[in-house]
Amino acid sequence: MKLTLKIWRQESPTDRGRLVSYDMPDAAEDMSFLELLDILNQRLIKKGERPVAFDHDCREGICGSCGFMISGVAHGPQKLTTTCQLFMRQFKDGDTIVAEPFRSRAFPVIKDLVVDRSALDKIVQAGGFISARTGSGPDGNAIPISKKNADLSMDAAACIGCGACVAACPNGSAMLFTAAKISHLGLLPQGQPERKQRALRMVTKMQELGFGACSNHGECEAVCPKGISIDFIARLNRDYMVASALETMEPVKKV
Amino acid sequence: MARAMTFYSTTVGKKVVMAATGVLLVLFLIGHMLGNLQIFIGAERLNAYAHFLKSTGELLWGVRIVMLAAILLHILAAVQITLANWKARPVGYAMKKDIETGYAARTMIVSGPLILLYVIYHLMMFTFLQTPQGLSDTDVYGNVVKAFQQPGISAVYIVAMLVLGFHLYHGIWSMLQTLGINHPKLNRLRRIASAVLAILLAAGYISIPVSVLLGIVH
Repeated sequence: MKLTLKIWRQESPTDRGRLVSYDMPDAAEDMSFLELLDILNQRLIKKGERPVAFDHDCREGICGSCGFMISGVAHGPQKLTTTCQLFMRQFKDGDTIVAEPFRSRAFPVIKDLVVDRSALDKIVQAGGFISARTGSGPDGNAIPISKKNADLSMDAAACIGCGACVAACPNGSAMLFTAAKISHLGLLPQGQPERKQRALRMVTKMQELGFGACSNHGECEAVCPKGISIDFIARLNRDYMVASALETMEPVKKV
Repeated sequence: MARAMTFYSTTVGKKVVMAATGVLLVLFLIGHMLGNLQIFIGAERLNAYAHFLKSTGELLWGVRIVMLAAILLHILAAVQITLANWKARPVGYAMKKDIETGYAARTMIVSGPLILLYVIYHLMMFTFLQTPQGLSDTDVYGNVVKAFQQPGISAVYIVAMLVLGFHLYHGIWSMLQTLGINHPKLNRLRRIASAVLAILLAAGYISIPVSVLLGIVH
């Protein structure tokens, strides 16, 4: 199949950047989007041009490394799918596909389709952890957890931190990511001691990093490759309200 | 107080303030509509109701002050959040598709100011009687009929109520979500209830100028 790619090319964080067209006359339906870029890059290298930079790692849809905007949708047109698992059969012969980096003040472009998503790590560092003793794992079922909460917690923990939610949000908000991280710990007994501080610290950090607010558009849930529900955002809001009423934020103790 | 300011300093805190004041405003809209709909019972009933409201004195002023504070906080939070949201994406997309969001949700920052302009005009006309229609201080029923018999005034009113309906269609469900009022079994219902309440409110208000124009209320 014949495809035209319009790819965002940007030399460096300070370069203005522009969309550049590439003809792909021999794309195959069974190629993933990243494989199509691999082929394009081989050609560019042979011609002595700079290959397109893009993030990738597992190529199995589970690591959260890959991801960019594909024709206006984070991770492309197929639901519940990361960019690496998006295959060309989702497109028609003759299609023009626009590939742009995820855009957010907190996600500066490094090169081409690669953005710096370390802001998400900073949100987790602010409170997305539990303080538990280290050593061997506890005995199975030593701490009873209801099936309902175990399932919900697992749903939230499915977040791979790809940043598609931020990219899709009209406000560049990281609420779905933060809500998933707050919820998967807050639903388990191990997450209770720091639950209030976690909500205060992570929400405050998200604010400091320049992410926007949640306007309940629901775009994040629609593009999330793991189908994280915006119900978790309601849970974050509850946790933050309760925490604000009962506690003042304390700095993380360095050990 | 310091904790309240810290709470408000985050986007989540601002959204909660916007939602909480939204609850007050929606309750007011319901109460105001039920009051207005008494026009269909008759002139005596509506005028008696208006007289009763004015006779409550301090209570009426209490409600007015709370509503004014709610409106101001709602606007302040909305402006601050919108500015923060615009700053959060300095470089836009060459191509961006909306999947889940809709027209009402995307235009909250447009419908909001339009409603504010309308509310000011509405208060000038029916509360402070500052418009040139020569409205009476006591005959509320007569004022409504006199005003809405002019198609221009009715048209402005109807358009404003449609804009309000759009604002509420997203606003009510968004308010519930922001306040964390959700349950897996009720989430679909939440969207439906918001749409129904938005339609009922808009239709309830619009029924009055339409009835006057059609001569049902005269």
